[in-house]
Amino acid sequence: MNPADFEFISSLIMSRSGLVLTPDKAYLLESRLMPVARKHGLKGLEDLISTLRLRRDESLIVEVTEAMTTNESFFFRDTKPFNLLRDEVLPPIMEKRAANKRLRIWCAAASSGQEPYSIAIVLKELGTKLAGWNIEIVGTDISNDILRKAQKAQYSQFEVQRGMPIQLLLKYFDKVDENWIVKPEIKNMVQYKYWNLLEDPKPLGNFDIVFCRNVLIYFDAETKGKVLATVANMMPEDGKMFLGGAETVLGVSDKFKPVAGQRGVYARP
Amino acid sequence: MKTCLIVDDSKVIRMVARKILQELEFETSEAADGQLALDACNESMPDAVLLDWNMPVMDGITFLRELRKTAGGDKPIVIFCTTENDLDHIQEAMTVGANEYIMKPFDSDIIQAKFQQVGLI
Ligand SMILES: C[S@@+](CC[C@H](N)C(=O)[O-])C[C@H]1O[C@@H](n2cnc3c(N)ncnc32)[C@H](O)[C@@H]1O
Repeated sequence: MNPADFEFISSLIMSRSGLVLTPDKAYLLESRLMPVARKHGLKGLEDLISTLRLRRDESLIVEVTEAMTTNESFFFRDTKPFNLLRDEVLPPIMEKRAANKRLRIWCAAASSGQEPYSIAIVLKELGTKLAGWNIEIVGTDISNDILRKAQKAQYSQFEVQRGMPIQLLLKYFDKVDENWIVKPEIKNMVQYKYWNLLEDPKPLGNFDIVFCRNVLIYFDAETKGKVLATVANMMPEDGKMFLGGAETVLGVSDKFKPVAGQRGVYARP
Repeated sequence: MKTCLIVDDSKVIRMVARKILQELEFETSEAADGQLALDACNESMPDAVLLDWNMPVMDGITFLRELRKTAGGDKPIVIFCTTENDLDHIQEAMTVGANEYIMKPFDSDIIQAKFQQVGLI
């Protein structure tokens, strides 16, 4: 690919989703965008890029942006954050909300649903402690395609085994042929919406707990800072945020501080 | 270093599992059927057992029943690893005292995730 084409397509994707593409990642453009090109009867990447240069075809831009997202996710990814949610993060927040019994949780990069369903299962496992509570789990993502998969709540044997403990699999999934489908009692706890983290998320409302895991890694420092600032704006003073294992707020944003002894958990300063 | 006994009648599967477990820093040993596995456990109890279901001489579920009756046999964490993927088999394994269950085919991500959940890593 010539440098001008690379510059054009990478800045288009950057402006749409925040994804930073360095020249050493040019191969990703090839592998992700060739199927898009073919689908539109275009010979290759060059033709796709010329088409985009020629005409601002919104739906094609959306397709290109979605195709460039990395949607890999596991149930109970990294295990510990979900134990921290249950043991350290939820108890004080629930104590403070005991009067109105209302809790809102946001999965800001929900991908194919493994994370919001893991959270829903953690909550469900609390059992009677949650009697009378009104709990909302909202999963958002920039990819409509992946949100459809999340909504379907159907996973292959391979996918469920990446993280779902067998006892919880038996308890909260139905086996249909070779697939595993999340039971309605868990599925109905989660709502999905399209949302781009680069946009002002005010319309989503406020959230007591935010999971923003394994998405900031794709952004540059400036975008990370902006996203964290908007997330902070949607949280009460005692709200908590979870980041992925390779992410931190240190040197990126002063809107959050790490919580001592709780890896991956961040509080308002 | 934790020890893991790999029980499977397929040499190839044992080799694949051994490679993955050694990368996760386990000291591994192997047995080709349930009886040989039981003998190995009687000599020295491993921390973990990765256990196939269908094997000649003694199958995995019989091995597990026997193991749990043996002195000290309640200690090892037993993870089934089998092509049996229906609810009846899984339920039976858990009732008899398995700690986790892997449905073949598996890869290193799955082994790692399962071993993490049961606290072995
Ligand atoms: C690697 S997945 C992380 C999934 C899950 N949070 C986890 O940790 O397993 C990253 C997700 O972020 C989404 N994403 C990327 N850029 C985004 C943006 N600007 N706004 C919202 N979601 C975005 C992608 O579509 C993808 O599904």
